[in-house]
Amino acid sequence: MAMNGPTATERFVNGILPENPVYRQLLGLCPTLAVTAAMKPALTMAGAVLFVLVCANVLVSLIRGLLKPHLRILVFTLTIATFVTIADRLLAAYLYSMSKALGPYVPLIIVNCIIISRCEICSSKQGVVTAIADAFGVAFGYALALLSIATVREILGRGTWLDIPVMPLTQGDYGWSVMILSPGAFLVMGLLLGLWNWVEKRRARGRLGASAPGA
Amino acid sequence: MNGSQETANAITNDAAPALRVAPAPHVYDTRLTTRRMMLDVLLALAPVVGMSLYNFGWRAVLVMAVTTASCLVVEEAGALLQRRPSSLGDLSAAVTGLILGLSLPASCPWWVAMIAGVVAIGIGKLAFGGLGQNLFNPAMVGRAFAMISFSKFLGAPAYRIAEVGGIVSQATPLTLARDAAAEIPALWPMFLGTVNGSIGETSVLACLLGGLYLCARRTASWEIPSGVLGTLALLAGLTRLLVTDASIAAVPALRLSVLEHLTSGALVFGAFFIATDPVTNPISRKGMLVFGAGVGFFVWLLRSFSGYPEGVMFAVLLMNALAPLINRWTVPTPVGGPVPERR
Repeated sequence: MAMNGPTATERFVNGILPENPVYRQLLGLCPTLAVTAAMKPALTMAGAVLFVLVCANVLVSLIRGLLKPHLRILVFTLTIATFVTIADRLLAAYLYSMSKALGPYVPLIIVNCIIISRCEICSSKQGVVTAIADAFGVAFGYALALLSIATVREILGRGTWLDIPVMPLTQGDYGWSVMILSPGAFLVMGLLLGLWNWVEKRRARGRLGASAPGA
Repeated sequence: MNGSQETANAITNDAAPALRVAPAPHVYDTRLTTRRMMLDVLLALAPVVGMSLYNFGWRAVLVMAVTTASCLVVEEAGALLQRRPSSLGDLSAAVTGLILGLSLPASCPWWVAMIAGVVAIGIGKLAFGGLGQNLFNPAMVGRAFAMISFSKFLGAPAYRIAEVGGIVSQATPLTLARDAAAEIPALWPMFLGTVNGSIGETSVLACLLGGLYLCARRTASWEIPSGVLGTLALLAGLTRLLVTDASIAAVPALRLSVLEHLTSGALVFGAFFIATDPVTNPISRKGMLVFGAGVGFFVWLLRSFSGYPEGVMFAVLLMNALAPLINRWTVPTPVGGPVPERR
């Protein structure tokens, strides 16, 4: 497996914005829609994903020489499941109400394609340092997506941010309840995705204009 | 002779072959523009607006002005953002705004009406790509968004403005129908529109006047309102035949008679003005009948069993989602019989 993929720094930077798991790759959308009604569950989810992603990437990277191609997905899943169980039990022990509120979405990290895709793309092929950088980059990118959606939804839906009142206009009866419900998740994610695509397009056009002065 | 034929003659005289062959669809009348259709709708809404002014006065004016203005502003902003020519001239945004305003209660605060208008055009129409691309009726998207968000200002209790007195302080007929102890208003006031309700829905007479004009002008397809009204009448009639005292005690709305169903709530307004939006409808005649029947069925179902007293908005939105499927089911047979399948 002597593959020279991107360096650790490239992996880290790519995970955050250029290959953002939600806005660019559209992976892991089910928990993204489900846990972003408020900031606190979104933060908890982002933390759980960070923990699982780093641990799984490190372990898979360490045993990458032993992987058999036809059994690799099984090994990835078992590895991820181990760390997800640890994260889930830790949450249930120390943050019981949050664990209740997140419901099945922490155990479902096992089948979250963001993590299995990182095992497949990066850690099963590259060294531990690169794998750790990759895990942090992608986890931060995921956190960025979750928190941006949750910010819009919590401020419009409840008038609070991290449970701190920030927007007196949208509190109580004036809150946009639809934002807390599932349609709000789809609307906000769709609009932010559109905004992100628009920004990317403008940046791409800018680069094109700069590289081709004749045009 | 009309102008379109003259232009057609001019073209055929210039061209060498006398018989011009072109694929369908054929424009048979160049005056049939979006703008003319929308003007027709605005004209047809005149009696409805008049009745709303009689019932609700300045409150109705405020709500309709706010929704129409916000729809126009968002439409123009979308045109500027996308760098395309302004589309205010086709009047479709004005129609959306006016229908949205007419579907809200008179007590609706201005900012709720504004948010509903912005969502109607911004999310209901522009996000899908503008006029002709939207899957759902924009006015109903805006209303559903506001209804779910601000149930306190759009729910059944919001319709009663106690300090005004008269019609406006009473509960709406469909809210009364849900209360087994309450009496449903007489048919004649419900037909004329001297009952409480959303701004534009109260008068069946005004909606019929405008709606029949639209059908006569073929701006609205008659298949849809007849499908809606026919199906609801059929279901309401069957319910009356089969219903027992015990089931009325459990679900009071089942006691509505056929005529009470047809004259109450937003049914006639919705059947003629909301469900007939040509963008969000099936194409073929059969498809439109199926669409109308579906709206009628869901209105009956939601009125009888849902948490809301009225179901026109959700019925139309649900059937909008099914319109592409209905199109697939009801492909018309071409002239000369079905196309034989290739082996």
